[in-house]
Amino acid sequence: MLAFIIRRLLQSVLVMVAVGFIAFSLFNFVGDPVSLMLPPEATQSDRDEVRKSLGLDEPFYVQFGKFVGNAVQGNFGISLRLGRPVSQLLIERLPATLELAMTAAVIGLLVGIPVGVYTALRRNSILAKSLLTGSLIGVSLPNFLIGIFLILIFAVWLGLLPSFGRGDVTKIGLWTTGLLTVTGLKALVLPAITLGLYPVTLIMRLVRSEMMEVLRTDYIKFARARGLSNNAVHFGHALKNTLVPVITITGLQLGGLIAFAIITETVFQWPGMGLLFIQAVQFADIPVMAAYLCLIGLIFVLINLTVDMLYYTVDPRLRISGSAAGGH
Amino acid sequence: MTRSKIYCALFSALFTTVIAILPVSLEAKTLRYASQDDPQTLDPHSANLLPTNRVLSQVYEGLVMRDKNFKIIPGLAVSWSQPDPKTWRFKLRPNVKFHEGQAFTADDVVFSVERALHPLSQLKSSLQGVQTAKKVDNLTVDLIMKEPNPVLLNHLFQFRIASKEWAAKNKSEIPQNYKDREDTFSSRNTNGTGPFKVTLRQPDVKTVLVANADWWNKNSPEKGNLTQVDLLPVKSNATRAAALLSGEVDFVLDPPPQDIARLKGNPNIKIVEGVEARFQYLAFDSNRSELLYSDVKGKNPLKDVKVRQAIAHAIDVEAIKEKVMRGLAVPTGSVVPPGVQGYSKDADKRPAFDKEKAKKLLTEAGYPNGFSITLDCGNIQPAADICQAIPPMLSQVGIRATPNIVPQATFFPKIQKFDTSMYLLSWGAATYDALYNLQLLLHTSTGENTGFGDSNYGRYSNPKLDDLIKKIGVESDMKKRDGMIRDASTIITNDVALLPIHLPLVPWAMRKNVDAVFAPNNVAYFFRFKLN
Repeated sequence: MLAFIIRRLLQSVLVMVAVGFIAFSLFNFVGDPVSLMLPPEATQSDRDEVRKSLGLDEPFYVQFGKFVGNAVQGNFGISLRLGRPVSQLLIERLPATLELAMTAAVIGLLVGIPVGVYTALRRNSILAKSLLTGSLIGVSLPNFLIGIFLILIFAVWLGLLPSFGRGDVTKIGLWTTGLLTVTGLKALVLPAITLGLYPVTLIMRLVRSEMMEVLRTDYIKFARARGLSNNAVHFGHALKNTLVPVITITGLQLGGLIAFAIITETVFQWPGMGLLFIQAVQFADIPVMAAYLCLIGLIFVLINLTVDMLYYTVDPRLRISGSAAGGH
Repeated sequence: MTRSKIYCALFSALFTTVIAILPVSLEAKTLRYASQDDPQTLDPHSANLLPTNRVLSQVYEGLVMRDKNFKIIPGLAVSWSQPDPKTWRFKLRPNVKFHEGQAFTADDVVFSVERALHPLSQLKSSLQGVQTAKKVDNLTVDLIMKEPNPVLLNHLFQFRIASKEWAAKNKSEIPQNYKDREDTFSSRNTNGTGPFKVTLRQPDVKTVLVANADWWNKNSPEKGNLTQVDLLPVKSNATRAAALLSGEVDFVLDPPPQDIARLKGNPNIKIVEGVEARFQYLAFDSNRSELLYSDVKGKNPLKDVKVRQAIAHAIDVEAIKEKVMRGLAVPTGSVVPPGVQGYSKDADKRPAFDKEKAKKLLTEAGYPNGFSITLDCGNIQPAADICQAIPPMLSQVGIRATPNIVPQATFFPKIQKFDTSMYLLSWGAATYDALYNLQLLLHTSTGENTGFGDSNYGRYSNPKLDDLIKKIGVESDMKKRDGMIRDASTIITNDVALLPIHLPLVPWAMRKNVDAVFAPNNVAYFFRFKLN
């Protein structure tokens, strides 16, 4: 077990270095931040001076070396756009993104599972069929379009919900939350639905197919033979066994929700990390982009690591094959 | 005293208190302002960027300011004189206080001049030609020039004065240093003398400006009635327009061009349009003996004035105005836009749209079948759209132009290396004086950073124009100087040194109850705004 974890950790470190390196080398192509920091009217000497003061005149490997050295200590430098430490900016933005992603995941589970069960049990009803067709829209419509539609309906036409921002937030230590105020909760509705629509459709389809699979198995037949009620069979036996893959997928999806909240955050001016990142891209704000990509890389690595270890505990076959086990 | 009398006294006391409080609460006028950009920093001297200037010009003030018509008027200086060409003497305004209560004195001016001239400052241009500042007495300051600058006041408009005592107390004596990874106090906090103070700063979320009740200029006839401004950055175009329609914001500085017509149709919304002192232009490589991006080998067609004139005649500015800019532009022929010192109507003539003439000029120049060329542009709007509209126009006279639209962050380094044959750019007259445009855009490029031809990436060169520009730089007789600027503009137009296309009309969108005053630098000066 220990050897497995250590090997996994070493691999994770390798992945992180690779992410850092790829991210950093990409930045050579995003262009010159200096030309965006200064107005076009600025003179060449102004440009050179700023470039030098940012350390951008140094060769690539020196810049990367310094970046890795500092990053290990949690110092990602200072944002070229906002002039503040990147780590501080990320810590400030993390709560907003996490709250949004979590809410979207919860919506995904709370809506996706019941609808999935329903469409599996009443697979020939009109409602189930229209839900399935509807779910195609959720999968195929791009996030920003859904967001703009929701804004048009609920903010512009009905005037019920705010179109942008996070409302009033409460500060609890380093964490800021919008869940404790009315404006904060109202502001959360539209972005969370926008972001949650995809997991809803995904989970619903997953539950449906798993459920149909399970309903065909022998132990369900046996349960029915024992004369158990439909509810007991469906929810006590079938659903319980469906949930294992659902929970795994939801866990992995959470990483995706955090990483891909970028679009939703941009549409709703949600002050999370994604918005910070997209503005950094437009400004060629290299320190923020590098730190963000590393952080997202880290989140994925951690989630995968946890999932791997869970598999290891759950699946005895991995333990038997011993040192040859490299993953799932 | 009887009981009723006591009640009476209490009641009247209560009543007066209510009366005293009421007007204040009734007059609370908060403008919710949205724009796609958020200020990068609040440091008065570390960034010369429009989003930063838009906020800091509400908070910090300089020696001079501009009135509603953009004429220079006294600011923190009440008067000025020039004892000799290399000295400017400023008498300072007495009884002015910074937001935190420090008295404004000559020491603050001297300190701010030093700070703005510091190598880390990006506002050195606001003190063009100034070597140092000297305190004469508590309310008199001399600016000592290393070279004469007849339009110093135009430059000083961008100069901001901070409190020496405050900066020393908060260890913010120099502008923010990016390299040392500093997070300076002055990049998050402000202490100016201006009409508003910053009370809350959450980058990318909200910045709150509260009116300064003790502002020295609060009785100005231009003064509006805002007591607070919430600056709300909203990046997404569609969301920003939606927020205005739903009444969540009162004012949008940069409404998306495609939504203007729809916004205009809404009874609750009005659009204020103004001309910005910025022009879009085409520039040509008229230096190389062979163009980098053309099928003409062995010679450079753009060196021939007839070819440049042909291009000028081939471009239909009215079509660009109507189709690309949706009417939001004023075609121009001059590199000195209206509102800028030295503008003259005579010099603002652009070549007529005439395809036959263009073809004739090309034939005369020896290119009856035209030639191919690449047009470089940045991918910001409206430049990218204009860049796509121009090639079809040129192709009608035989010039086969290919647009090459690249990200802004790679576009600038490219043209700065002169790696272009023809490019589209826009230029703002930062000082509102013609010299700035002439000297940086049209003086022969020296290839070094001399302040002459620094932004002349086509490397156009005309010794006659160079002479004239040098003379304009030192002429202090404004009438003579304006005449010389007119002559220079005429040379540029006749020689098609650059081809100005238009001045963009800047639309501001707002709820009907907002009274906004447009400024040609596209900055909303909130102290002039009214909320009805």
